[in-house]
Amino acid sequence: MPRELMKGNVAMAEAAIRAGLEAYFGYPITPQSELLEHMAKRMPEEGRAFLQAESEVAAINMVYGAACTGARVMTSTSGPGISLMAEGISYIAGTEVPAVIVDVMRGGPGLGNIAPSQGDYRQVIHGAGHGDFFPIVLAPASVQEAVDLIGEAFDIAEKYRTVVFVVADGSIGQMMEPVELPEPRPLRRERPDWAVSGAAGRPHRTLTSLYLKPEVEERINLRILKRWQEAEANEVRYREYYLDDAEFVVLGFGTAGRVALSAVRAAREEGIRVGLFRPVSLRPFPYQAIRDLAQRAKAFLVVEMNGGQMLEDVQAAAQGQVPMRFYGRMGGMVPFPDEVLEEIRTLAADPPTPTENPRARWLAHMMPA
Amino acid sequence: MTVAAPPKTKHNLKLIYQKPESLTDSPTHYCPGCTHGVAHRLVAEVLDEMGLREKAIGIAPVGCAVLAYEYFNIDGVEAAHGRAPAMATGIKRVLPDRVVFTYQGDGDLASIGMAEILHAAGRGERITVIFINNAIYGMTGGQMAPTTLPEQVTTSSPRGRDVATQGFPIRMSEILAQMDGAAYVVRRSLHDPNNIRKAKKAIRLAFEAQVRGLGFAMVELLSTCPTNWGMTPIEAMNWVRDHMVPAFPLGDYKVAPELQKLRV
Repeated sequence: MPRELMKGNVAMAEAAIRAGLEAYFGYPITPQSELLEHMAKRMPEEGRAFLQAESEVAAINMVYGAACTGARVMTSTSGPGISLMAEGISYIAGTEVPAVIVDVMRGGPGLGNIAPSQGDYRQVIHGAGHGDFFPIVLAPASVQEAVDLIGEAFDIAEKYRTVVFVVADGSIGQMMEPVELPEPRPLRRERPDWAVSGAAGRPHRTLTSLYLKPEVEERINLRILKRWQEAEANEVRYREYYLDDAEFVVLGFGTAGRVALSAVRAAREEGIRVGLFRPVSLRPFPYQAIRDLAQRAKAFLVVEMNGGQMLEDVQAAAQGQVPMRFYGRMGGMVPFPDEVLEEIRTLAADPPTPTENPRARWLAHMMPA
Repeated sequence: MTVAAPPKTKHNLKLIYQKPESLTDSPTHYCPGCTHGVAHRLVAEVLDEMGLREKAIGIAPVGCAVLAYEYFNIDGVEAAHGRAPAMATGIKRVLPDRVVFTYQGDGDLASIGMAEILHAAGRGERITVIFINNAIYGMTGGQMAPTTLPEQVTTSSPRGRDVATQGFPIRMSEILAQMDGAAYVVRRSLHDPNNIRKAKKAIRLAFEAQVRGLGFAMVELLSTCPTNWGMTPIEAMNWVRDHMVPAFPLGDYKVAPELQKLRV
């Protein structure tokens, strides 16, 4: 397919349609509304279901209903919408039906603003709903990667019968980049053997997240956890840049990782042996790969567009084996490569001590007493 | 002239009444004197009579009917509290030739699910809604509902519902009948056999509305909750007649012209 210049939100929508999306339900919210608008235009052209719901609460429950029929279904929103969808996400996870959710993250908390952010990391990665389950979470750093991950997200959701998030910070949703879209896939004809469709010529089926007997609910929880364990074994994704001889490792996902890559290249030109580790799957998190890096690196620098939410997972992965610093911008601010470059220079010239608290040092720097 | 012998059972008895195919053999958990069982049976009879059992998908609510999918012998799903109309919408939009219905109580439909039911009606969503109004929260143990009558004692209005601080009962049929997308909105009662027969006809028409693609359809059924009202089953039936019917007048609030001509 030829490359086209496309806005991230539009490209993600078109990628989902080409992945065989059968139904989309959503609610307008900046900075993802172009995704909904593209669906409004294209889904009816394809004879598929599009509906603008009355709220994110309704949208996710429409997704839940359609998912119960075995249809490929998705929604998209931003942080405040994820908060409202938390209920439905938990029901979808508890019922073990597949669905894809795109979160185009904006500044928060509260109403925040509409500038790019990675503030939903903790909310999305650590559950996005009550009860015991893990969603699978993928984070692109370019429009092309967003397109590629959307295509995979449906297959992964169906394989593990779970919720798959694609978390793009607002800049991925809003910027235009050249992108190669995949060939359209045909709609699936067969339905999974758990789907509801009307009990014609077979016993009636029920899809529920209600298990009144604790011993049964425990078995369901264990089954969900078992499937998550398989996802942990199979679905870890990350990208490595200049790591072969790196003494210092910058870690960042999405746009923060992309900005950090420019800084890493500039630092390399200055002779600093630094590389970049960019997690693509935020859940399952690449714990082992980071643990391996921690054993051979002199120091880590975690860069995020939040207050150090992924930092805590990196610390858990590193198990204290490498000293660490953190640099973050918040509230819709995007770090410039020069800011990250300066942090890399300092890291190399004056490495952190093993007991240094990365967040405390950063906070003291950002907001002196 | 010879007359065909009536069908005989193995005990040489004539079968005149049986469980509809659309109900399972599972015993229900409903309290003695509760009208959920009656409402379930009416829905099942209508599905049988219209030949819809194999096309039907039911959405159970959160409330006393939370396990309805175990009692209906049809495909079913269990919604989050109040979200059944949204879930039904998701199902109906991808399977438009199936018959999709929600079965919801007053807390589910008129309190936490108010937005979902209003917008489903506003969109003219081609679903059927069975709305059980018993003026109380049953499953959680008898708290005040949006339909609780003024001065009615519940566990969360222990001195009786004080309209000055706790507001007035909400009449859903009257509200939903205002929606252009609604094809059929009526209120019936289950407190005596005559009203039960009328309720069944209404349920039939509410499914006819969907099958004919006319729009949103809802039957509100005034129902009993003897356990949480603190009454015997007979007292509860009488309380519906004497207190609920005056507050929630029975009648046809919206009937599409295509349904007015229909004889069922």
